[in-house]
Amino acid sequence: MSDPTDGRANGSVDVERAAELAVEAALAVGAEEADAWCEDAVNRTVRVFGGAVESVLEAGSRGVGVRVFLGGRRGYAYGSDLSEQGIRDLARAATGAAGVTDQDEHAGIPADAGAAQVGPLASGDVERWTMDRRVELALAVERAARERDPLVSNVEDTVYSDSAGRIALANSAGFRGAYEESQCYAYAYAFAGEGDDLMTGMAVGVGRGPEELDPEAIGHEAADRAVSLHGARQPASRRCPVVLDPYVAASFASVIGGTLSADAVQRGRSLFAGKQGEQIADRRLRLVDDGLAPDGLATAPFDGEGIPQQRTPLIEDGTLKEFLFDTYTGRRGGHPSTGNGTRGSYRTPPSVGPTNLLVEPGDASEAELLAAAGDGLYVMSVSGLHSGVNPISGTFSVGATGRLIEGGELGQPVREITIASDLVSMLNAVGAVGAHARWVPFGGSVKVPALLITDMTIGGA
Amino acid sequence: MADELFAQALAERVLARALGHGGDFAELYAERRASFSVSLDDRKVEQAQTGIELGASVRVVAGDATYFGHVDGLAEDDLERVAAEVASAVGRGEAQPRPLRAGERRPTQKIEIQPEQVPAERKAELLVQCDERARGAGSEVVQVTAGYNELRRQVQVANSDGLVTGDDRTRVRLGAQVVARSGDRVEAGSESLAGHAGFELFSGDPATVADEAARRALTMLKARPAPTGRMPVVVGNGFGGVLFHEATGHGVESDAVQKQASVYAGRLGERLAGTLLTAYDDGTMPGEWGTDAIDDEGTPCQATRVIDKGELCFYLYDLTRARKDDRPSTGNGRRQSFRHLPIPRMTNTYIAPGDATRDEIIADVERGLYAVSFAGGQVEPATGDFVFGVSEGYLIENGEVTAPVRGATLIGNSLDVLKRIDAVGDDLRMKSGFCGKDGQQVPVGTGQPTVRIAEITVGGTDV
Repeated sequence: MSDPTDGRANGSVDVERAAELAVEAALAVGAEEADAWCEDAVNRTVRVFGGAVESVLEAGSRGVGVRVFLGGRRGYAYGSDLSEQGIRDLARAATGAAGVTDQDEHAGIPADAGAAQVGPLASGDVERWTMDRRVELALAVERAARERDPLVSNVEDTVYSDSAGRIALANSAGFRGAYEESQCYAYAYAFAGEGDDLMTGMAVGVGRGPEELDPEAIGHEAADRAVSLHGARQPASRRCPVVLDPYVAASFASVIGGTLSADAVQRGRSLFAGKQGEQIADRRLRLVDDGLAPDGLATAPFDGEGIPQQRTPLIEDGTLKEFLFDTYTGRRGGHPSTGNGTRGSYRTPPSVGPTNLLVEPGDASEAELLAAAGDGLYVMSVSGLHSGVNPISGTFSVGATGRLIEGGELGQPVREITIASDLVSMLNAVGAVGAHARWVPFGGSVKVPALLITDMTIGGA
Repeated sequence: MADELFAQALAERVLARALGHGGDFAELYAERRASFSVSLDDRKVEQAQTGIELGASVRVVAGDATYFGHVDGLAEDDLERVAAEVASAVGRGEAQPRPLRAGERRPTQKIEIQPEQVPAERKAELLVQCDERARGAGSEVVQVTAGYNELRRQVQVANSDGLVTGDDRTRVRLGAQVVARSGDRVEAGSESLAGHAGFELFSGDPATVADEAARRALTMLKARPAPTGRMPVVVGNGFGGVLFHEATGHGVESDAVQKQASVYAGRLGERLAGTLLTAYDDGTMPGEWGTDAIDDEGTPCQATRVIDKGELCFYLYDLTRARKDDRPSTGNGRRQSFRHLPIPRMTNTYIAPGDATRDEIIADVERGLYAVSFAGGQVEPATGDFVFGVSEGYLIENGEVTAPVRGATLIGNSLDVLKRIDAVGDDLRMKSGFCGKDGQQVPVGTGQPTVRIAEITVGGTDV
């Protein structure tokens, strides 16, 4: 593990050949159409605590997923055995699975549409760096957090993690594609204060390779966020304007992105069904799914079923322009795929999902956002988002921490509160959009600025 | 287990190699995972899939540091190579494993009908039944999703303390989600049935999960906005256990405790709640979702009393944290798969029953909330602050359950809430769920009888 040239713990696998073999094997056992996604990646994760290594992990992820279509039925099988026999067994299992599904006239693979041009998606640093350098980076993040402020009482968790690998997709319509990609992140959880006064702060940095991370900045931000909440109290319930910092705005952007999938629309699960062309948000709001954003970690030449990724404006000047489509929902809705047939890994078949979600920056500085809020709440973290938002009705109530805004400036830190509204009201209540957008890896790859929401319900004492 | 994943002689070679550059502990963990799932959505059976994965991981603990590597497949050369790679990262001296001693295997859970033997068509039929039943529940039901999953995990573990053991685990789960619409209002309800069990779990009338999901969605259509502010909350049995899981359970996991990152650190023996509160983590409950014969480090699962009559009496340990505190593991070292490091995790966590009836507990409340079911929750173990989304809730007015409410969230601090539990019912029920921590998902059981919290913050939309 310490030898950087021997990073590929699983040995070298020709992912392109494995994907092709899987398609051939599927056709040989009766599939009319098939595609196969193969990946071979190595993940390395370093966790440090108290200036020492807590754990060093090196784990490969190697496998193939085969999707078959016959008589309008779909089946899927995945496995980690990339031998010819293993792949043939998977093809047979996928065909068997298809037998129990219902026919669907829209099921099938897309015609070969080529791939989009994208810049390099992999940083050579990931392979070049030794494990010792990774440990150094994580320790630097932790040190920066610990030494930032005398109020910092502990840095509970500091992690550096990267992954690098090769992905290949083949289908029976002749598509063949492959690319290398890498990504990394580092984060720290810092504590400020002790006992009943203890508050936490988290910060994260992301990039394609470790050289892109600024360990000191990540550590400092984690410490600053914890210190800034020190002395937090539960305030009284109220309705007031709210400023969402980029971490929080990213979480909401990701929830909204999910409601704009054609799948949710077609299955009656989107509150925006039938609203295309209508004003669904304040004019200041522009939301884009950009599968080609140069610095976006979800950027790729093609999606999980071989459609070129693209840039799709979702909300422009408050108007709902477009939903996200994969091949299936596209055929069902009479609309081309937008290149949003995404895959989490070889273990799951493609499904509609965002690539990189971007809220376009506006023109308000942070001071202007606070001034515009007047008396309100600056939200620095939300919790329970996965349980607190009803994506169908749009109502939400989630836990939060942050600072009161008093006379246009940050005031008393607050905890043990909820912020509640519904997505439709919230989108219409966007009162200003921050000028500085940043990438936040929460709920996908999201780049957002801070947002002012002019009215929300705060639940407290 | 019928088939050994690795031979004892191979394990001994791998462990010796893993300790080749020193270390206090080495382990070889192998696993075969076979899954099948199928779902129904929009009246169509779809997404039928199978998965087969086989792999192993090698871990060396040296002082407070853990070194870990994993390999797909179980080829001898690969296992020895990954052991050597992990060892080279340790790089300090040399150590010897103890010889492996084959002991008595713990009995696995009884599986009457191996799901692999059941035709896939029968599994798809369950989903169609769910669809029909949910749609029959009311004209407002507009969409039904149902899913069936099975997963068989055969695991084998050997370590340098001489342990070699294994387990064969089969879990099945059936879930339904129902969407109901009335005018502009759209609400969803869900329910599931799951266990460490075979297909016999569905031998009764499994489509009751669809009835229950539909009832929830239809009820919530009539819900009004939840109140906001501090008030008494009666937490329903079964699902309510997720509150104890989040608020207290995560705080007694020994990794958080040892890092002083839990409000429960240093409080053993302290009275944290009234004498009516006793709670367990119990990985031995037959057939429950969080039950196994052994944990993922080979330690037999056990019942651990975490709180005894209000007094904090135990933390939950894996081997690494137990070694650090110089005490035995409590059988809570769990991992998602061979690709993951074991860490302290809950198994089945529950509040033990008291003697009040549900109606008595509600009758004493003048104005409050009855939280029957939760969409999930989250806790910050370091501060104890937690939040829960209430997916099915009702107002309590003058001692009676009245109108359903939507959008309610419970928010509080775990130490504070424990002190405020003032009634525990006699109606313990367990539910199944997935718990996420450090990027790993494991199946857990949660449960409780009806419990009353004298005062907690409800965050709603109605100020």
